[in-house]
Amino acid sequence: MKVKKILAVLLVVAIAAALCAVFVGCEDTGFKVGLICLHDENSTYDKNFIEAFKEAGEALGLSEDQMIIVTDVPEGDECYQKACELADDGCKVIFADSFGHEDYMIKAAKKYPDVQFAHATGTKAHTEKLPNYANAFASIYEGRYLAGIAAGMKINEMIAEGTKLSNGVTVTAENAKIGYVGAYTYAEVISGYTSFYLGAKSVCPTVTMEVTFTGSWYDETAEKNGANNLINRGCVLISQHADSMGAPNACEAAGIPNVSYNGSTKEACPDTFIVSSRINWAPYYEYVVNQVRDGKEVAYDWTGTLATGSVVLTEVNETAAAEGTAAAIEAAKAKLKAGTLNVFDTSKFTVKGATLTSYKADVDTDAAYTPDTEVIENGIFKESTKRSAPYFDLRIDGITLLDEKK
Amino acid sequence: MNKKTHEPIIHLVKRVEVNQKQAWGIRIGAFLLSILVCAIVSTILSGRSMGFFFTNFFKGIFGTERRIWNLLHETAIILLIALAVTPCFKMKFWNIGGEGQVLMGALGCAVIISQMGGEYSDAATIITSLVLSIAFGIVWAVIPALFKAKWNTNETLLTLMMNYIAVCIVNYFIKKVDPMGTGGLTFSEGVIGEIGGNEFILKIIVVIIITAIMGVYLKYTKHGYELTVVGESENTARYIGINTKKVIIRTLILCGVLCGIAGFLLVSATNHGIGSSSTVGGRGFTGVMISWLGHFNPLGIALASFIYVFFSRGAVQVGNLGRLGSSFPDIICGIFLFIIIASEFFINYQVKFRNGEKIREFFMPVIKVFEKMKPNKEKSVKKDNKEQTEVEAAEITDENTDGNKKETVTENEEKEERENGEGITAIPSEESETETIKVEK
Repeated sequence: MKVKKILAVLLVVAIAAALCAVFVGCEDTGFKVGLICLHDENSTYDKNFIEAFKEAGEALGLSEDQMIIVTDVPEGDECYQKACELADDGCKVIFADSFGHEDYMIKAAKKYPDVQFAHATGTKAHTEKLPNYANAFASIYEGRYLAGIAAGMKINEMIAEGTKLSNGVTVTAENAKIGYVGAYTYAEVISGYTSFYLGAKSVCPTVTMEVTFTGSWYDETAEKNGANNLINRGCVLISQHADSMGAPNACEAAGIPNVSYNGSTKEACPDTFIVSSRINWAPYYEYVVNQVRDGKEVAYDWTGTLATGSVVLTEVNETAAAEGTAAAIEAAKAKLKAGTLNVFDTSKFTVKGATLTSYKADVDTDAAYTPDTEVIENGIFKESTKRSAPYFDLRIDGITLLDEKK
Repeated sequence: MNKKTHEPIIHLVKRVEVNQKQAWGIRIGAFLLSILVCAIVSTILSGRSMGFFFTNFFKGIFGTERRIWNLLHETAIILLIALAVTPCFKMKFWNIGGEGQVLMGALGCAVIISQMGGEYSDAATIITSLVLSIAFGIVWAVIPALFKAKWNTNETLLTLMMNYIAVCIVNYFIKKVDPMGTGGLTFSEGVIGEIGGNEFILKIIVVIIITAIMGVYLKYTKHGYELTVVGESENTARYIGINTKKVIIRTLILCGVLCGIAGFLLVSATNHGIGSSSTVGGRGFTGVMISWLGHFNPLGIALASFIYVFFSRGAVQVGNLGRLGSSFPDIICGIFLFIIIASEFFINYQVKFRNGEKIREFFMPVIKVFEKMKPNKEKSVKKDNKEQTEVEAAEITDENTDGNKKETVTENEEKEERENGEGITAIPSEESETETIKVEK
């Protein structure tokens, strides 16, 4: 009996091993590309990466089996292991989407010098100087600015109509206050809400803003509570930089207009969604894959812009948005493209009551955030030019931070 | 005679003697069944072939050398955490705070590395961080033990809540060290690197040693005996002169030490960094489940953690390649655990129906079909004399079964019984039938 059982177990193992050997041996489908995601499509942030990845795959003529998506990879050693596994599986290009993946991607890049690693939102490529490790970001502050214009126009409309909102606020020029749910007090978030605010202010000069932080990129409850808290504090419009549907859903429930991020939330929030800015990563994916396929070098630090099609706005939701929003956005977009309009024009904002003429930002990342590079040139804060990832971390007047959590 | 006694439709009978061979048969069957069910579920969800599941499932587990190492490494980590909570459960101290205890161990390590890393030698940093990890682990485990020993508080709630406190403390620490960051720290100095070009081997060896020590500790030492007695009956323990409070605190210190080591290994040797949710990542809870699945026996726990990791890694691969989203591995692991736990239940209990015989009668046609098939089979395997004798033996026990039953059944049921009696002798009944009869005797 026992011998029989052992034989049976051995047989099963042998079959399994044989299967593995066969499949490992014969499954070479050619050029492969991998994408490592922090969460899956339930997170608007990751969804934005995944959708673009699929889109790029189609544009590049690569099949689903050649475009491997690895979801739910935490910002720890597992990221390194997954990157290595993808490389072992024959991926020639490996992307990762979360800021905290960076150190583990660099480690993998060192281990696999023949594979191109490209990390979105990271900051270290320009100092690490590895030939096969690159960072990328987009000048999303321009998109935020345009979305801010839509917000400002909505507020103007509410002021003109004297709209009474569900939180008891009758909107006037004096109490026009935007609420913003942010993830961390991190440069990317600060740059985002500041550009959004400046966009709104460009059409509604009296507007102010309150920002709350959740201490997480994805925490539906905290984002929902944050939004509700802002609504209760009298905010007349909400926007967010965090990845769940928490804030948009809270707005829809309370009937407060919402400017979204990472993609349209119109389907879930038909009455309150105005517009959303997002980074379209497809141009970057296509760029990197094409460079690698052609055996050319990949830029270690790549910034997508309005011109490359990396910074995009979704369609304006006519139900919620003010009249003429789409046209105003188009006009401003043209000016931004032409360079006649600058988002972080130092004449448009003050810090502690004073206009800035010089500022050193921490561009070369170090643990102590040592300011190292002059970023104000000709009265303009040059965001995303010294490196792709944002480094605008000024606390400008008109924006109140409610809590600086985590 | 006793017409008034109401017999429930279904009742469960605990098996007095569990046939180990049969039990393992059920377990292996459950294991294979769960793979099959998972294959079917994933085929339905992904719309791909069954082969897709099997290929990628096994490829995800054994596909490359790195995957095999990862499999062993993850097994080792979960095994270590499961071992840490095992003595607590053996003592019936419901410690579901493994997550927090490991996280505090991780924090202890991270505190030292962030303060000493790069300024002192790596060896000094590593040793100090190990010490602080263990200290933090002990503190987090002993607090609920003290409360339990002093005030008899509910340790389940306390340990659970302390998990959340640990998460907040870690977040606070990260924010203090890196106020502008995104909720994670990484370290490059003062950590354990690769040993002989292999990043996994150290942890695997450490865990093997700890498993051996725990095996001896639980089975052969006085401490191990004492905590088992406390678990089985606190009054007995007191009666034979065991200081239960001391045992509780001592056992939780041991748990804290192991959790501290796990936290240390995760920060210093695996992640080279810390994040409040990513570092332990729910392994503290998985460990509790694995400990139970392994029947608190270190070897059983090792097997259970291996099989769990086996499933989850295979499922992750299938989920990714099939683009099924990150909940898919959870579904697969859920199916696996459901079937395995169910199998454990059926190993220990037997389900009896009040109208069992009627049900059997209802299924008679099906049974008869099987019966018809059986003799044919026997003919074809006639060479195997051994098997045949076994079948005969089974039939004999069936007859015995009937005899016994008739003694115990009540008058008004006897009629039914007799009718079915004929049926039963015709069917070679399940082996388990003999087991329950012993209970009825």
